[in-house]
Amino acid sequence: MSNTTVDILLLAFGSFGILIALTFLGEVLRARQEPGTQNPVLETYMTRIQSWWGMVAFVGTALLVGKLGVMVLFAFCSFAALREFLTLTTKAQADHISLALAFFVVLPLQYVFVGMGWTGMYTVFIPVYAFLLLPIVSALRGNSEKFLIRVAETQWGLMIAVFCVSHVPALINLEVTANSDRAVLMIAFLVMVVQFGDLLEYFFGRRIGRRKIAPGLSPKTWEGVTCGVLAAMLTGALLSWITPFGLFGAVALAGAASLVGMLGSLVFAAIKRDRGVKDWSHLIPGQGGFVDQLDSVIFAAPIFYHLVRFFYG
Amino acid sequence: MKFLRHFAARIVGHAIRIFARAITAVRADWQGIEPVPRQRVYFANHTSNGDMPMIWASLPPALRREVRPVAAADYWLKNKLRAFVGPEVFNCVLVDRRPEVKDKPMDKIIAALDEGSSLIIFPEGNRNMTDDPLLPFKAGLYNMGVARPDVDLVPTWVANLNTIMPKGEVIPLPLICTVTFGAPIHVEDGETKDAFLERAANALSSLAPEVQS
Repeated sequence: MSNTTVDILLLAFGSFGILIALTFLGEVLRARQEPGTQNPVLETYMTRIQSWWGMVAFVGTALLVGKLGVMVLFAFCSFAALREFLTLTTKAQADHISLALAFFVVLPLQYVFVGMGWTGMYTVFIPVYAFLLLPIVSALRGNSEKFLIRVAETQWGLMIAVFCVSHVPALINLEVTANSDRAVLMIAFLVMVVQFGDLLEYFFGRRIGRRKIAPGLSPKTWEGVTCGVLAAMLTGALLSWITPFGLFGAVALAGAASLVGMLGSLVFAAIKRDRGVKDWSHLIPGQGGFVDQLDSVIFAAPIFYHLVRFFYG
Repeated sequence: MKFLRHFAARIVGHAIRIFARAITAVRADWQGIEPVPRQRVYFANHTSNGDMPMIWASLPPALRREVRPVAAADYWLKNKLRAFVGPEVFNCVLVDRRPEVKDKPMDKIIAALDEGSSLIIFPEGNRNMTDDPLLPFKAGLYNMGVARPDVDLVPTWVANLNTIMPKGEVIPLPLICTVTFGAPIHVEDGETKDAFLERAANALSSLAPEVQS
């Protein structure tokens, strides 16, 4: 076994250890409840832990398979996220072909470019080519009603669900680890610090949270976010051995990614509130949709990618 | 040979269901009723040719085996492939809508109910191409409710299919489709046809999800 494989397995077993501890904690709290009562916070916590088990299994397997596994996993996530997003956007029959192109041409091509390591292309493909060409396809059908809203919302969906999500597997192409099989570990680092920060943000927010960041939008509190970002930085420190950033670099990047991710999930909360839905879909039981699960990673990935490129490129 | 056709029909049925799930993640939302095997007439809005397969795919297996969609004979007998898919995969009750035909659609529908089958019907009669949520209902639903009053008439709203597969488009868009089943209704004593059909239409359109856009 190569060093990288050993490291991935170590991370997976470490994650399993944490999950076993968290599952155990939840079960103890459940057993200590009055019989016949249910604590909604605890139940949400438990469903989150359960979907975490699934995520660790999927991401771990994809990382072990290597580049192809990672591309397929995140292309699927993009597909599910884009489907949830475009289900709620404004569209007309005149957009049918441009929406079909978004799903069946733009999305796969973006992952092909990421897989090829063609940085110059995957960085501009959606912000330039899709941005300019898809509205042309819609305009050719000659329906001007709500045109700007329609094309803008479609482009937003593509940026969020395809462009941003594809920056998670794009971490493989960063020069700092390029030409080494250790590149996949960057993905593990980003996903773990962001998601672990989220988990503890939720926990501390419910425990000690007082002042809401955006009342009327989200239950997130300053106290929760502060604890979550600190937890992400601690996770970053503990995981610095899998990165090429050194201890302080890993802590700083983990903090930045986690903070952007948490604030990003506020943006998704605003969109959901505007569209009158609680969750993006019902695909992950007890959790909502893929966008609900990925929201902070979506915002964190491109920022993390470009920070690493800037400081370690 | 008959056995082979039956086997092929089941395979095609599974393929259609898997395809519907993979593309639209179709989900049944049982709001006013439980998914239990009782005899029911699911009456649904009709915007796309995909409506019927979508309701069919969203039903749990035990209910799907007992359900027969009521569909137009002229559509499903047009070619050999449709004549296989309609009557054999979906087990459709095929009715002829032409007035000059002798066997009345309602006789076939009542016969299917008396065999114990549940039905899927589209009381608007045709696909709704307007901006209104529903077209005026045809009398069939009322006649069924009067003839077999014990059968639950279940309003069934199919959301989003007019965007997933609008008339005239070839490629279905992968958007999320939800099939909402509401509380069952029955024809009440002395209720007129028009009053009942209006009540049924209101019960159905009240299930439409309100998405601001």
